[in-house]
Amino acid sequence: MNYSILLLTLVALSIVGYYMGRNRARVTADGRIDRLHSLPSYYGTNVAIWVGLPAFILFAGWAALQAPIIEGLVFGSLPDQIRMTVNGDLLATAKMTAAQKTLFLNNVQNIATGDIASQAVSDDVRRAAAHYARLRGLSFMMMIGAMLIAAAIGAFFAYRAINPTMRARNTVERVVSGVMLVCSTLAVMTTVGIVLSLLFESFDFFTKVSPIEFLFGTDWSPQTAIRADQVGSSGAFGAIPVFAGTLLITVIAMIVAVPVGLYAAVYLSEYARPKVRSTVKPVMEILAGVPTVVYGFFAALTVAPFVRDAGNSIGLDVASESALAAGVVMGVMIIPFVSSLSDDVINAVPQSMRDGSYGLGATRSETIREVILPAALPGIVGAVLLAVSRAIGETMIVVMAAGLSANLTANPFEAVTTVTVQIVTNLTGDPEFDSPKTLSAFALGLVLFVVTLCLNVVALRVVQKYREKYE
Amino acid sequence: MSDTIAETPTVMIPDQKDRIARRLGRRHAAEKRFRIYGIVAIGFALAMLAFLLTTIVWNGYSAFFKTYVQIEIHLKKDEIAPGGRIDRAVLAKADYQTLLRESLIEKYKPEGRRARRRLTGLVSIGAGEYIRDFVLANPSVVGTTQSIWVPASADIDQLVKGGIDRNLPETSRRIKNDQLAILTRWEKEGRVETRFNTGFFTQGDSREPEQAGIWGALAGSFFTMIVTLLLAFPIGVATAVYLEEFAPKNRATDLIEVNINNLAAVPSIVFGLLGLAVFLNFFELPRSAPLVGGMVLALMTLPTIIISGRAALKAVPPSIREAAYGLGASRLQVTTHHVLPLSMPGIMTGTIIGMAQALGETAPLLMIGMVAFVVDIPGGPTDAATVMPVQIFLWADSPERAFVEKTSGGIIVLLAFLITMNALAIVLRKRFERRW
Repeated sequence: MNYSILLLTLVALSIVGYYMGRNRARVTADGRIDRLHSLPSYYGTNVAIWVGLPAFILFAGWAALQAPIIEGLVFGSLPDQIRMTVNGDLLATAKMTAAQKTLFLNNVQNIATGDIASQAVSDDVRRAAAHYARLRGLSFMMMIGAMLIAAAIGAFFAYRAINPTMRARNTVERVVSGVMLVCSTLAVMTTVGIVLSLLFESFDFFTKVSPIEFLFGTDWSPQTAIRADQVGSSGAFGAIPVFAGTLLITVIAMIVAVPVGLYAAVYLSEYARPKVRSTVKPVMEILAGVPTVVYGFFAALTVAPFVRDAGNSIGLDVASESALAAGVVMGVMIIPFVSSLSDDVINAVPQSMRDGSYGLGATRSETIREVILPAALPGIVGAVLLAVSRAIGETMIVVMAAGLSANLTANPFEAVTTVTVQIVTNLTGDPEFDSPKTLSAFALGLVLFVVTLCLNVVALRVVQKYREKYE
Repeated sequence: MSDTIAETPTVMIPDQKDRIARRLGRRHAAEKRFRIYGIVAIGFALAMLAFLLTTIVWNGYSAFFKTYVQIEIHLKKDEIAPGGRIDRAVLAKADYQTLLRESLIEKYKPEGRRARRRLTGLVSIGAGEYIRDFVLANPSVVGTTQSIWVPASADIDQLVKGGIDRNLPETSRRIKNDQLAILTRWEKEGRVETRFNTGFFTQGDSREPEQAGIWGALAGSFFTMIVTLLLAFPIGVATAVYLEEFAPKNRATDLIEVNINNLAAVPSIVFGLLGLAVFLNFFELPRSAPLVGGMVLALMTLPTIIISGRAALKAVPPSIREAAYGLGASRLQVTTHHVLPLSMPGIMTGTIIGMAQALGETAPLLMIGMVAFVVDIPGGPTDAATVMPVQIFLWADSPERAFVEKTSGGIIVLLAFLITMNALAIVLRKRFERRW
């Protein structure tokens, strides 16, 4: 990996710069550190920053921009007409479609990096690949040169500027807090990136399939046929069955998780002795730490056959990928989530309210039901909303234990599919970014993101409001 | 109020007393029921956990063992070294699998192609490598007949370990009667042995269950986690420090905080979509690479690290900061010399928990092509690789019975790592966290 060696070299240069700067600071002060404005290490750090930072920014910019520029140059150097394969048709370079350009570029890159291309390529592609490889090499050499020059210039000026009155510490601190500010905006940039990428690809999808059909259609079969005369060649993208399946599994999960989680939280915070509480609570937290792929395996291997056999033995017709199995296992996964959140909420209810209730002669369970739970209700609702958003976004359990075909049903014994399952199945393998099947995953992702975001915002606000009320 | 009390009769009528006693009984019964509901709820959760873990261990412990059979094989000189010359290059290239097959057929003389295939199907198709290693270690055996231990095929392995019931009728059993007869004979002669399966920890993935190992996925997980740690830890700590110690209270800071809280609750698969659209399609980074997987997981882990980091920084009392300011330290010096070192145990705990989450994460990696079938052990963060949870997912998808055992074995290894990491976090918290 050439890039990592380059970056390590840069780090090494910075370290050298640090020691040189520190020594020079000592020398300029004639060994009397109290004459310096800042400690010698700050002068060293200053030099190191000037060596490393501009060169690194140059590197990042270069690495991000070089690909499109080189591709543009390669396309610009093509003759007017080219052949993709040895016996292929002549294509007018100016009229190539986006898909043809991608294919051409892939072939060029594969040959340039020495991988075997998928088919016998023409001389045009070979020439372009040689040109591409030449440009890549040139770009890399130029980048190294530019980085070294930037590092040298930075080192020169930072080194020369060292004198006892220079305010090295202030500069260093400004740079460090700038870097920290940039780091903290990464979270915002991630959100923006998520929103933009989902919107961008979804927009592509909605130019092929109307949003009305997507949101209100009741027929989902994303398989688009390869040949035009195949049955169902158009594909159908009515997402209602997918949403309904997600809802069904989420409801089943909540039926398991909410009562169990809530009763467990109530028992642990109101009844259990401290010793029981301090052992049972962490053991229950283990359920939250088990990877979801393990739950998926458990659901598919153990729970689904069990549910099917149990159903068959009492004469019910149960699919082997029933919504019930996936939902129950998902519910088990969410139990600790509900219980630890409600535990917090229940503990936040002031003791005086309990004492008041006991003073009127209420039993413990009456106090819990009539006083504590109503007082904690907003917080519990927030916790349940967060749990719902968890269940909707959960992927592996349903990928492994729920079905693929979109059934519009409310019967928990049938197989249904969910939003996350469809995202995974439509995007794994080799996604083609011009087929509606692939793009539909992004539209589903957008719906998933918006729904979970709304649930989270509401839930966080409710929980926060509630906390302020009693603190 | 006082009027009502005054009106209450001081002497109770027996009927009323009864009614109160009955109601009290009902209330106490309700109390008991309520309590039992709580115990049942906790019991259900713990029973599910126990059920989950026992199923996994029950199915998976046998993945750490492997069945070997001792085969008499005639190492024909003219087939191993047709040129007559015996040196390492010739010995390494010979077709030992065919040799093994011929030896078996010569000895047991099966009739018909199917019977032959059933006979040769007793040993693993990787058995040739064991014979090659044996011959390379002592070249003088060429031309003689030797008894060599080789791994059995996956079906035989399952049968010996008890995964396949011997008493089933032949039609519903994967091992046929003639195979079973030979195996029983071998067992009587002491030619069948179950040993610790070192290959499970040293080999990459394979289509043959008896040759599939988890080392490739472990290496992939290692590189992915390194990338995640290198990105998420410095950026997460810098963000936490900035928000807690430096940031002015304004709307921009509020926006960042709200953002981080919301990111923590975004479904993991959405991060996969981001990785696919931005890292793969826009920046054209390699598919299936730990580098991209690590970047996606770093974005996912960041909120965890930031939130726990801020909590740890908040726990440092202001008196420490004020004392340092009083001695003339600058804001950065106060932070880096005093506050940050004191809050490090808390930050480390949060980081380890975040890394444990990332280690168990599957869904976003499916989006960026880390589901490929990779046989080679990855040697760096840009090689095609898979990670442990994805390997488990791939094995769980395979139809063979023997892969159920591999899947559970892989889960045991993964859980062992997660338990170690969480235990480390607990130890860190217990030993170094100070209460002020």
